[in-house]
Formats: sequence, structure tokens, C-alpha cells
Amino acid sequence: MAENCQLKFTDFKSDQSVKWCPGCGDHAILNSVQKAMANLGYKKEEVAVISGIGCSSRFPYYMETYGFHTIHGRGSAIASGVKVANPELKVWQITGDGDALAIGGNHFIHSIRRNIDLNVILFNNQIYGLTKGQYSPTSKRGFISKTSPFGTVEAPFRPGELCIGARGQFFARCIDTDIKHSVVMLEEAGKHEGTSIVEVLQNCVIYNDKTHNAITDKAFSQDRTIKLEHGKPMIFGKERNKGLVLEGLELKVVTIGENGITEDDILVHNAECDDITLHLKLADMEYPEYPVALGVIRSVKAPVYDQDVEEQLAAVQEKSNVKSFTDLIHSGDVWDVK
Amino acid sequence: MGKRSKVIEREEVVVRFSGDSGDGMQLTGTLFSYTSAIFGNDISTFPDYPSEIRAPQGTISGVSGFQVHFGHTEVYTPGDYCDVLVAMNPAALKANAKWMKPGGTVILDVDSCDEKNLRKAGYETNDPITESKLGGYNIVKAPITTLTKESLKDMGLDNKSILRSKNMYALGLVYWLFDRPLDHTKDYIKKKFAKKQLIVDANIKVLEDGYNYGNIIQALTPSYHINPADIKPGKYRNLSGNVAVAWGFLAAAEKSGLELFLGSYPITPATEILQELSARKDLGVKVFQAEDEIAGICTSIGASFAGDLAVTTTSGPGLALKGEAIGLAIIAELPLVVVNVQRGGPSTGLPTKTEQSDLMQALYGRNGESPAVIIAASSPTNCFDYAFYAAKIAVEHMTPVILLTDGFLANGTQPWRLPDMNEWPEIQVPRAKVEDKDWHPYKRDLEKLSRYWAVPGVEGLEHRIGGLEKDEHTGAVSHDALNHQRMVELREGKVQKIADYIPELELVGEEDADVLVVGWGGTFGHLFTAVDELAQEGHKFALAHFNYIKPLPRNTYEVLKRYKKIVVCELNLGQFADYLRMQFPDIDTLRFNKVQGQPFTVIELKEHFKTLLED
Repeated sequence: MAENCQLKFTDFKSDQSVKWCPGCGDHAILNSVQKAMANLGYKKEEVAVISGIGCSSRFPYYMETYGFHTIHGRGSAIASGVKVANPELKVWQITGDGDALAIGGNHFIHSIRRNIDLNVILFNNQIYGLTKGQYSPTSKRGFISKTSPFGTVEAPFRPGELCIGARGQFFARCIDTDIKHSVVMLEEAGKHEGTSIVEVLQNCVIYNDKTHNAITDKAFSQDRTIKLEHGKPMIFGKERNKGLVLEGLELKVVTIGENGITEDDILVHNAECDDITLHLKLADMEYPEYPVALGVIRSVKAPVYDQDVEEQLAAVQEKSNVKSFTDLIHSGDVWDVK
Repeated sequence: MGKRSKVIEREEVVVRFSGDSGDGMQLTGTLFSYTSAIFGNDISTFPDYPSEIRAPQGTISGVSGFQVHFGHTEVYTPGDYCDVLVAMNPAALKANAKWMKPGGTVILDVDSCDEKNLRKAGYETNDPITESKLGGYNIVKAPITTLTKESLKDMGLDNKSILRSKNMYALGLVYWLFDRPLDHTKDYIKKKFAKKQLIVDANIKVLEDGYNYGNIIQALTPSYHINPADIKPGKYRNLSGNVAVAWGFLAAAEKSGLELFLGSYPITPATEILQELSARKDLGVKVFQAEDEIAGICTSIGASFAGDLAVTTTSGPGLALKGEAIGLAIIAELPLVVVNVQRGGPSTGLPTKTEQSDLMQALYGRNGESPAVIIAASSPTNCFDYAFYAAKIAVEHMTPVILLTDGFLANGTQPWRLPDMNEWPEIQVPRAKVEDKDWHPYKRDLEKLSRYWAVPGVEGLEHRIGGLEKDEHTGAVSHDALNHQRMVELREGKVQKIADYIPELELVGEEDADVLVVGWGGTFGHLFTAVDELAQEGHKFALAHFNYIKPLPRNTYEVLKRYKKIVVCELNLGQFADYLRMQFPDIDTLRFNKVQGQPFTVIELKEHFKTLLED
């Protein structure tokens, strides 16, 4: 096959009609994924899209690739099996805040710890949508829902903190409707070797509408978010005059031009440094104290599980005299009966 | 070699090595069984160890045992009662005294019988022999600890290392008792401690001194003579049930041309399968030690979706955790083998003990109508055969298969005649074909009712499957009522069709027997021996032992209906008897059940069977 026959994003659309609610953020994410895959030059047959259970987990049916819609919370484990069995495949896992962080929390952190080359898109809408509106592990403290009519009394997970705490080497965040930026984030995730987590701030139009609005609304999102880019200063704001500096052990928002602050004082983002300290701080920033960090927060090279499995197999096989099952059974303590 | 004063001729003998869990009894027993096998005896072994790694020293809960049954004739069980007991301390004596055959031989390390150890073992007097009612037995009171110290006093070893060699002294003495050569054990010691010459020399010296001690005491001690068995010529090795399962999968991978993938989480008594396959990177096995039981099976399901021969291994509580995922493999119609090495339950139960109480869980322990194939192995070595056939059925019929073994089979060993793999069948992989224009994910082989396997990476077969019900004709998600019923029936029908591909039930014994004994899985050795011995005593018994449980062999009803009196024997409260009742409501069966974490004994089976002849 010729090298230049790159597929169009429409080639990744299956014949199934998309059944998410009108206005759901999932539609935008589906478009972003299809665009990213086309940009990455993927072939349809080399892609496996794996999901668990939840609204977002219907995703595989809409992709003209290989796909497996599995059971609640187990997407990470099943995707791990797919990737280890065939490391040639591009394995994308679709999950939500309930699927990945509640019922599937154990598999989620362990796939990250192992650093299997999976691309995980975590749709975070801070609600259980498919079961019609119960609070999720990312719902804010005090959140009112059908199962928390008086407000929750539990602290939410911050997916970035959990990912980095589980020794995650790639974490990025984007907003569902910002397709241009989302496509870039997904491409970065696709290129990264090892587990990549992309948290998409996704809007559930029915059960948790506008939950991210305080930061995603175009009217003020530039002032309330910061798009981090590796090697670039951490500047944000409509006027591009706000920035982040480190004061003691804390991040601080400053204004360039005030109190003698110049652009040179602003932190420069290094997504590739091994140390997690600053990455954690950036991932944990919450509005209104800080702008919410978007972009690739962490992207560090580390040993990749599925690659190491292959290397170890090859190394053992090269040295061993056991080349077949028959060789094996004839090796060791064998005796003859005549 | 001196002339022996008294030699007991025997067809078969059971020896039990017993001591503290740190005394090295498992190794001692293993080495003895190898030597017996190489000598040409048929053997069967079983370890009996506590679930604690190092239970309090000197107590009964810390006793670790290893039993070897070997004979001039074929042996099918590790034996119920022992002819020879090696007891390294009073606790070992106390724990095993009730398992002695009348008139047997006890080798006791008398050095261990101090006041403190006697009390720890629960003896009230300072005469454990009388207290355990072993007065009429051959008691060899050997000061093994003193003799070992004496043997090694000039070798410059520290006290701890000296005491650790006690087991080799005892082993040497047992070799004398059975007139067996020391060569194999010496070779083992040389290999094992290749880099520690001092340890090699010390162990070999102790072994020889133990043997020579027999010559010294021979006037007081009878020895045993057991001729080699008439065994089919060939190459042999000793194989445990767990390793046999692992190897069955290796053979199946080779015969199918598929890569073998195991996703698993350690659990007693199944862990050795995981360990064995982890060591088989030389044969390209991918082993994924998962974070939990659920991830164990789910990684395997992922690997199966990606085209591997995928297996997962567990024991009862783990099977419970895997239930939902088995349902996924059933509706997605992916090949998968789930091994359940049964142990005593419920909950954590008796983790190191054997039981057959997961049959109903294997058959029905899932939501929805979720049929899986159920196969049960019935001897340590045929765990190889049934693991192979479980994999063959899973792949050729695109279905999950649950393979049941148990703690007794898993840890037991038997000599295994090395197979010629050319004589084993190929495994045909039912691949979907790109040229097939009508292909869809749920298109079926009309003969088997199974779908075809379309593996990611192949251009033109891109498709989506999952846990939602599928349309029979397109493979797309469907909530249609009638379609669901058809799909449920198709999945059940596919499993039932497998009866056309498995062997018929074979009957052991006479067709016109007065009583038909029915068993399944790991009880075969005991049931067979009981029925065989009764036949030799002139009683008319037959045995129908099941390895295929779902589906049952085609001739099951035909066999069962021939008999007026049927007794179903199992290590649970009657699960297989209930299952047969569901299948064949007009067949009445009696039941003989035991749920003690222990196998049947041949003696109790024979006693019970004889009572059935009376009424």
C-alpha cells in the first residue's frame, strides 16, 4: 500500500447512527478522535477502541475500526490484554469518571503504573449519566444529585492527581467543544509511548448541564484556563498578561507589568521533566484561585510494559535450548522405562 | 550391603514424611518419590501442608506432610493409611498416628521428644507411643538430631546448617528401609548446591550415614521389598496436576499456532499454574500478573479479542469474582479457558484443602442465561489432557470453557509417560475470511453454531462486539425481543452441540453390576480403586466417571438407565447428583457425600458400597 493514502476523518465513521443526546459533549469528542486518528495516519484495521460501560462507552460502535464495548470498569484491563497480546495495535480506551475512577479505579491506576501503551480518553462530566443522574467520584463536595439530595459529603478525585500519583507519565486536559485543541491533545497522546491519559471536560447536557461552564464558557475561558505548552512560558488571559510564578512551594498568579513582573519571571512549562512536583501542582489548579490547566501537563519517557514484555520474550528465547513443547518435556528429570 | 534380618514383601506401600513446616519434608518426599519412580514403581504422591507459611514450631498446626504411594502394581491414589511414617517431632507423630496401618513402621526422631515438644504437641505423658496407641507397631526410635550432629561434627558447618540436614539423614534411613539406591538424590544435591561444595559434601555424608544407620539397627527393624511395576515402556517424568494444566495449554498453543496468554492473580491452590507459565517465556508465553482476579480474566478476554489462545487460572473465590467477565466472553462468543482449582469453601474456607463444591458455581454462577462448557480432570496427569481439550473446544467452538480441577489433583503427582505430540490432534482456528462477502461478526458455522474469529489487524474485517445483545443477522446491537430469545437459544445450542465432538461415557466394570458408582473429577482414583478391589472380592460394581459435565456425553442417559441402584459420590453436598436429576428426572440416585477438605478414602468407600448391597 502506498505511503500517502492517508485516511480522511470521515473514513473512521461507522454506519451506526450516533445515539447520544443532542447537545452532548460526546459528539464533539467523537469528531476530535476521528480527526486525530486521520492526522496520525492510522489505518482502520490497526485500531482497537475499547470501552467499559457508560454513555461514553458506546463510542466503539461509532468507529469504523475494531472495537469492543465491554463491562463496567474493566476497560483498562481488557485494553491491557489487547495491547499486550498484539503491541502493533493502536489501542484507545474510552472511559468516564464513573467507569474509570469508581468501579474501575483499581484497573485504571494499575494500567497507568505499568505504563502500557494505551491512549485513554477520560470523559469527565462529574455525573452518572446513563443511570440518570447520580453523583460521581469527581462531583464536587456538596453536589446535589438524585443520590445526594442534601449534597455529597465526600471529596472528589482529581483525575490528574490520581494519574500522576499512580506514576502516570502522560496527562493532558482539554475541553470537549474546543475541537482544535482536543485534536492536538489526542495526537500527542497517540504519539506518546506508554499510558496516556487525556481528561476531557465534557458536558452532560441532561443531568449536569454547564458543570464546567465557569471555566469553559468562551466569554471568560481565556482568563480562567491556561493552555500549557512544553517549552513556553505559563502565560494566560485575554490580554496575555497573566502568568504563573513559584513563590516558595506555591504557585502564584501574577500580572505581567505589575510589581515589576516581566515575562522573564514567568515559569516555563517543562512537561518532560521526571520530577512530578510542579506537574502535580499544575494538574491540581482549580478556579477561582488558579486558572485550570489545559494542555499536556506531563509527558515523560519511561519503560513501556508491552515493549518490555516483547524484549524479555525475545531475550529468553534467544538463550534457551527449549524451542518446542517436545523440547520442554524432555528436559529435566526424565527417566526411561524399558 | 549387609544381610537383612527381616524383609516384608509387599505389592504396594504408603510412606508419609512428616515434620515441622520448616523441616524440609516436601523435598524429602519428592526426592523419595523420584527414586521410587526411577526404580520402576508406579507412584502417586500428595503433599499436606498447613496454610500458614511457618506456623508455630512444634505444634500440630505447623505439621507439614508428604505422602508417597508406590507399588509393584498400578496405583491410582496417594493411599489412605500409611505403612511407614517418618515423624520428625512429637506433633508429626500425634497428627498422623490415626493414619497408620496396623503393624506399620514409625521412624521417630526421639531427640525431639523432650518435655517441651511433647507438651506443644498436646501429649500429656512422656510416652507418646503408648499415648498414641502405637504399642503394637514397629517403632524405630532413632536419635536423628544427635546422629546428624555427630555425622557433621568435623565439617566446619554452623549449628543451623547442621540441623537443617536432619531430613537427609531420615531420607537415608528410609532408602535403607526400602533398599533403594542413593544416586538420584546425590545427583540432585550436587545440582542444587552446585556452588556450595561444603553443603553438597555435608548433605551427601548425612544421607549415607542415615542409610548406614539402617545396617546398624537392622536386627531390630524389618525392611520392605517392593518389585518394580509392569509399566508401559517409554520416557517418563513426574508431573503434578497444576504443572500438567500449564503444559496442556502449551501443547494447545503449539497445535493451534496461537500465542498463549495467561492473565491471572495468585491464589492457593492454583498459583503454580501461573508460576509455571511465567517461566515459559522460552515458548513465547505471555503472562500477565494482574492486579486482581477480575483483571486476570479481563486481560485474557482482551487477549482473546486480539487473537491469542487466552486462559485464566483461579480457585473458588476467584471464580466468583470472574463471573461477570465470563458472561462477557459468553455473549461476545470469544474463546477462553477458565481454570478453577477447587478448594474448601465457602469464602476463604479451607484454602489448602480439596473439595468439589464449585460445580454449581461453574455451571450457573452468572447473571442471565450464560452457558459455558464445563470439563473436569480426574487425575494429576490427565490435567494435561483436559487442559488441552478445554483449549481445543474453546477455540474450535468459540466459547468459554471452565476446567475444574481441585487441590488434590493440583498438588498430587504421578509419573507421566511423555507424549509423542505427532499423535495429538491439530486445533483448527475458525478464522473469519476477508473474501467472505456475507461475513458479519455473528455469522455462524451452521454445523457447530459457533461464530468466526475476526482478529484486529486484518484489513476488511473491522467490527465491533460487546456485552450488549446482538442482532442474529448483522451483529449490530439489538434490543429486539424475539431476537434476544433466538440468541439465548443459539448460545445454549452451541454449547450443547459440543456433545457431538466429545467422547462417550466409558464404563469401568460390568454392565450387569448391582450398583453403578457415579463420580466426576478428582475422585476417580479412589472410586476406581474401591470398585476394583470390590470386584476382586467378587462383588459386582461398575463405575461411570464423568470428565465432560456440560454438555454431558451423548450416552449418559442410556448408561444410567441400565442400573437400578446408582450412587453418586462427590466431595460436596450432592451438586452433581442434583445436576443429573435436573437432566434426567426419572433417574433415581443415592448419594455419598464428604465435605471435610479431604479426599475420599478407599476404605470408607468400600465400606459404604458394601452396605448398598444389603438392602
